[in-house]
Amino acid sequence: MHRRVLPGFGISLGYAVSYLGLIVLLPLAALAWKASGIGGEGLLRLLSSPRTLAALKLSFGGALLAALINAFIGLLVAWALVRYRFPGRRLFDALIDLPFALPTAVAGIALTALYAPNGWLGRWLVPLGIQVAYAPLGVLLAMVFVGFPFVVRTLQPVLQSLDRDVEEAAESLGASRWQTFARVILPVLVPTLLTGFALALARAVGEYGSVIFIAGNIPMRSEIAPLLIVQKLEAFDYAGAAALGVVMLSFSFLLLILISLLQRWSNRWEERAA
Amino acid sequence: MTMELSRLSRRFTDFAALDDVSLSIAPGEFLALLGPSGSGKTTLLRILAGLDYPDSGGVQKDGRDFLAAQARERHVGLVFQHYALFRHLTVRENIAFGLRIRPRRTRPSRAEIGDRVTRLLKRVQLDDHGDRYPSQLSGGQRQRVALARALAVEPDLLLLDEPFGALDAQVRVTLRRWLRELHDELRLTTVFVTHDQEEALELADRIAVMNQGRIEQVGSPEEIYQQPATPFVCEFIGKVNRLTLSENSGSLAAGEWILPDDPWDGRYRQGIAYVRPDQLRVAVPPPQPAWTARLRHVYLAGSVAHLDLHVASLDQALEADVASEDLARLGLQPGAELRVAPRSAVLFPLADDTGQPIARDRSTWRPPDNS
Repeated sequence: MHRRVLPGFGISLGYAVSYLGLIVLLPLAALAWKASGIGGEGLLRLLSSPRTLAALKLSFGGALLAALINAFIGLLVAWALVRYRFPGRRLFDALIDLPFALPTAVAGIALTALYAPNGWLGRWLVPLGIQVAYAPLGVLLAMVFVGFPFVVRTLQPVLQSLDRDVEEAAESLGASRWQTFARVILPVLVPTLLTGFALALARAVGEYGSVIFIAGNIPMRSEIAPLLIVQKLEAFDYAGAAALGVVMLSFSFLLLILISLLQRWSNRWEERAA
Repeated sequence: MTMELSRLSRRFTDFAALDDVSLSIAPGEFLALLGPSGSGKTTLLRILAGLDYPDSGGVQKDGRDFLAAQARERHVGLVFQHYALFRHLTVRENIAFGLRIRPRRTRPSRAEIGDRVTRLLKRVQLDDHGDRYPSQLSGGQRQRVALARALAVEPDLLLLDEPFGALDAQVRVTLRRWLRELHDELRLTTVFVTHDQEEALELADRIAVMNQGRIEQVGSPEEIYQQPATPFVCEFIGKVNRLTLSENSGSLAAGEWILPDDPWDGRYRQGIAYVRPDQLRVAVPPPQPAWTARLRHVYLAGSVAHLDLHVASLDQALEADVASEDLARLGLQPGAELRVAPRSAVLFPLADDTGQPIARDRSTWRPPDNS
């Protein structure tokens, strides 16, 4: 084994593993253990219930869509913040983190107040047939809101470190601005964009506070999976709640692994570096 | 293809990067823009590349306005100091980039692009590195990929911005020779920016020495080295001893060294003389005027030895170069007293009122008997 410059490999690995075990794995194991009480048949019944399926679909579909929107808008915002100097840039930059700092319930109530049929925006949107509050669109909006900072904050440092020479080289080789962006800048950003996407996705899947205020929680229409879990808990159906939790957990884990693989592929030029 | 740069000026907020620069570039020539950092050489290169624009002045290429064309329409090959390779593309993909992005009408076929890339890889001696990524290459290899990428689009003009600046000394010399051979073969008009005078002297057909946004002198390496036109060029190119001349009983002199014939016929009372270390004679026979210098140290640098001399009458240190093999013959030991005088010098008068050197009244001096 090579001698390392900094000592402490053993102790830091030991610490990392026990920390991970205590904080993450132990509760998850307890969850799985609790869920096993429901049995195979119970799980099947739970999963075949149309209400559960609708909630899962809304939770994951909404989260994926929200993460996608955030990836796109986050890229634009990060680009504007890094590349351009405009009055109020620092203020704008500081505002990005607000969705992190705001209690999610506050965000939910604020959004609801805006988009409710008698709210500032809802007043104009509802007559046009666009219902945001108490509808799936509201769920999506809340998910976009809470996930927004992730993409911006992960992309910013990478954008900052981009070499201007490379863009100039592309230009002098005959590339149009669009070609320079699509073929030179974007491929280098994709791994980071995927990180931001994964974080925004994870946050949106698990989001509870802001969503339930604006969703209206109409079964089969705007009810998210975490709310179903809470409802089961309130009905003292602990095994059912745990089982639904495990289902969500497995699906999230699968999604994150998929993103991680995609990321590895998109970053292949670094992986193979000598 | 002749390029005519006329009266280019470019100001940044707090300084003038280019100040009324005119220059012509002949077809097939290898021109070096040489100067310290901040002299405007890179700005000039960027203007030629279309990455920057002058505030005033113009560039004509074969009589047509070159500045009207955008960077991507200029048919210019550009090589940067830090390579600027596309790190997500393999070496082959990097080289093919300029061809692949062309609109379908002008894009060569896939096979043609492949052929051209293979030929270029051979030319830059990277035949078996085509499928690697830039991160897997050394600095010298990366710079050769950058050059191949620039050559792939068959540019009319090759622009190199400190191309060897980030490489270590040995690779730099090898790559320099290789670049010169490549130029002799392709005869592609090349402009390259450097702050390394040795590189410029060795590589270029012609050198433009720049200082504070102006061109001080344009000429062949021999002219630049042997007939520097301004005090700046004297001091920037090679090592030089700077001596102050002042009037002493009717003629200009620096200590015991007297100019018998005043090159300016008494129009100036002060001047400066530049003497290169290899133009400083040590062991001058007595009848000739010379300074008495004490040898403080001998720096042996291979075939040449640098002598660190001190002249008491001038209270000044001088540097002289002699062949290493002459050291013993001349009895050059630290502490020795030597009679030292220039073999040749470049003289500039100083204006009486401002004390500034006057470049247009430059004069070269040789001893009268030419011994």
